Amino acid sequence: MSINRRHFLASAAAATGIAMLPRAVMAADTIKLGSVLDVSGIFDAYGKPMDVAMRLAVSQINAAGGLLGKQVEVVGYDTQSDMALYSQYAQQLVREDKVDVVHGGILSASREAIRQTLHKNKTLYFYNVLYEGGVCDRNIFINGVTPAQQAEALVPYAMGKSGKKVYIVAADYNYGQITARWLQKFIADNGGETVGVDFFPLDVSDFGSTIAKIQTAGPDLVIAPLVGGAHLSFFRQWAAAGMKDRIALASTTLGVGNEHKVLTAEEGNGIMVAYNYSQELDTPENVAFKEAWVAAGGDAGGMHELSVSNYHGVLTWAEGVRLAGSLERDAVVEALETGVSITGPGGKVTVDPKTHHAILDVHLMDVENQGMRVVETLPQRQPIDTQAVCDLSANPDDNTQYEIQI
Amino acid sequence: MDLVFVIIVEMLYAVASLVLISAGLAIVFGMMKIINLAHGEFMMLGGYVTITAVSLGANVFIAMLIIAPVIVGLIGLVVERLVIRHLYGRLVDTMLATWGLSLFFIGLATTIFGNTTTGISTPISGFTVGDYQVNGYNFFIILIAIVLLGLMYAVLKGTRLGLIARGAMQLPDMAAALGYSPERIYMATFFCGSALSGLAGAILAPLVGLVPTSGGAYIAKAFITVIAGGPSLITGLMASSGLFGLINQIFTFAVSPVMGEVALLVAAVVLLRLLPQGVTGKFFRGRM
Repeated sequence: MSINRRHFLASAAAATGIAMLPRAVMAADTIKLGSVLDVSGIFDAYGKPMDVAMRLAVSQINAAGGLLGKQVEVVGYDTQSDMALYSQYAQQLVREDKVDVVHGGILSASREAIRQTLHKNKTLYFYNVLYEGGVCDRNIFINGVTPAQQAEALVPYAMGKSGKKVYIVAADYNYGQITARWLQKFIADNGGETVGVDFFPLDVSDFGSTIAKIQTAGPDLVIAPLVGGAHLSFFRQWAAAGMKDRIALASTTLGVGNEHKVLTAEEGNGIMVAYNYSQELDTPENVAFKEAWVAAGGDAGGMHELSVSNYHGVLTWAEGVRLAGSLERDAVVEALETGVSITGPGGKVTVDPKTHHAILDVHLMDVENQGMRVVETLPQRQPIDTQAVCDLSANPDDNTQYEIQI
Repeated sequence: MDLVFVIIVEMLYAVASLVLISAGLAIVFGMMKIINLAHGEFMMLGGYVTITAVSLGANVFIAMLIIAPVIVGLIGLVVERLVIRHLYGRLVDTMLATWGLSLFFIGLATTIFGNTTTGISTPISGFTVGDYQVNGYNFFIILIAIVLLGLMYAVLKGTRLGLIARGAMQLPDMAAALGYSPERIYMATFFCGSALSGLAGAILAPLVGLVPTSGGAYIAKAFITVIAGGPSLITGLMASSGLFGLINQIFTFAVSPVMGEVALLVAAVVLLRLLPQGVTGKFFRGRM
C-alpha cells in the first residue's frame, strides 16, 4: 500500500478521533478508580497479585450493580518498580484522567512520592500495604498492618521461642529504618537486647559476610525486615550456610509477596511471621475469595497479604461511597470516618476514624512447607503506634509522617 | 580462631567471585580490546540457562559447568559473527553496539522468562567450623576460581593455541603473514570470553535472586577489576581481584556491607589515579 500525504493525514485524523471518543463519551457515567502498582520489575511479585485483587474487587462491585448506579472503571498504570514513575503517573491520574480515587503504591518510598500530589489536588488516596506506621493525613486511608499490630505481636512470640538476644537485618530505606527502630523498642520492652542492626540497599544480594558477622554477635534470634527480590538471597544463603537450625529467624516482610513459595520448603520452614492474611485461613470469606480469584484468571495460590489488603482497600472505599451517596472527597472521607467495616478474606477490617488506619485481625504464623500455619490469632488489634501520635479528628489539617524516637 | 578462619574464607570468596565476574571480560576487553557492555547480560543469560536446564531435569553441576558456558559461548559466537567482527579496532563503536546488545538481551530475557525473580537453591550444604556455620558453596566458588585461573594460564602459556592467540592479539598482520587467520582467532577468543561470562553467571545463580536486569550489578565491578588489573591478563586479574576483594571484606566486617562497596570504589579511584595503567602496568611487567 502506498501512503501519500493526504491519505496519511486523513487516516491520522480518523485515528485521533477514535482514540478520543471513548474518554469523552464515558467520562460522565463511570466512576474512575486510579491505580499505580509495580506490575513489572523487581517488585512485581508484590504488584502483580495486587493488580489482580484490585480488578477482582472492581468487577465484583460492577457485577453487583456498581456504585451510585454507575460502573467503576479502572485507570491503571504500571510503575515498573521505578520510583520516578510514581510521581509522573500520579500527576497523570490527577490532571489528565481526573480519577475519583487512587489506590496503590507499594514501597513506602513510592507512597511518599505520590502522597503530597494527591493531598494537594484533593484526590482521595488508599495505600493498602503493610508499612512502618505514623502517616497522619486526612486525605489517605491505610489498611495494612503497622508495627504495633505486627512487631508488637511478633517480637514476644519469636523471643519466647528463641531467646533475649536479637539481631536485626533491614532494608535501607524508610520502611526498613523505621521498622528497625520499632523492633528495637519492642525488643527492649520485652526485656531483650538488640545486639546488632545492619541495613542493606535494595539491590544487595550477597549476604555471606553478614551471616558471618551475625554469628560473631551470637544472637538467639534474627529479625529480617528485608524487601524485594534481591534480598530474598538472604534467606537462601542463611539456609545454605546451615544457620536455620542454629539461630531462629523471624521476618516482618517474608511472605507478604509469597516469598515463602519461592524458597524451598527446607529453606523456609520455621521462619516466624505475623500478618493479617494467610492462604491457609479457613473462613468462608477466604474460601469464596480464593475461588473468585481463580475464576478471575489469577494464579491459584498467588494471592498474598498485600493483594488481600488491596482488595480490602477497594471494598472499604466502595462502602464509603455507598454510605456517602456521593463521590465528592470530603463526603466520602466523612462517611469512612463513621468507622466503616467490611469483612474480607483477612477478616473484619474497620476504619479507625482518628488515624485513618485499620483495626484488624493479626495472626502469628510459622512458615511450613511453603505455607503459613496459623499458630495464634490476635483479633481486632488497634493501630496504637499511629494512634499515639495522630488524631485527625482534632487536627484535620495534619500532614506528617511521625517517626518513633528511641 | 574459628572467626579468623571464617573471615579468611569470606575474603577468599570475595576475591574468587571477583575473579569469576571479571574473567570473561578480561579476555574480551583485555586481549581483544572490545569494550563489551553486554558482559553482565552474558552472565545473566548464564544464570537463566542454568535455572532452565535444572528445571528440565539436568544435574545442577552439569548445568552450571557445561551447559551454561557452552550455550552462552554459542550466543557469543553468533554475536561476534553478526556484530562484533565488523567493529574490530573501533573502540567507541563497539561500546555503542554492545550497549544495544545488552538492552536487547534484557528485553529478550524479559519476554521469555518474565520480569520476575527466580532462583535455585545452592547444591552444597553448609558446615560447621567451631562455633560458626559456613556456606559450603563458598568453597566451590573459590575452587572454581583457582581452577579457572590455572586453566587460563596453562592454555595461554603452555599450548600452541594460546601462543597463536596471544600473537594474533599483539600483531594480527604478522600472524596472518605466518598463515594464521586473525579473524578465526578473534572468533574463537570471543567464544571463550562469552563462555566464561556464562560460567560466572551460572555459578553465581544459586546465591542470588535472578531477574533480567541482574547483569547491571556485575558490569561495573567487572570493568573496574579488569581496568585496574592492567595489561597482564592473569596476573592483573589476580592482583586487582585480590586487592579489591580484601578491601571490600575488611570494610564489610569492620563497618557495614554498604561501606564495603564504597571502600571498593574509592580504592579503585585512588588506584587508577596512582597507577593509570593498572597494577600490572607498573609491577609484574611482562608476566602473563
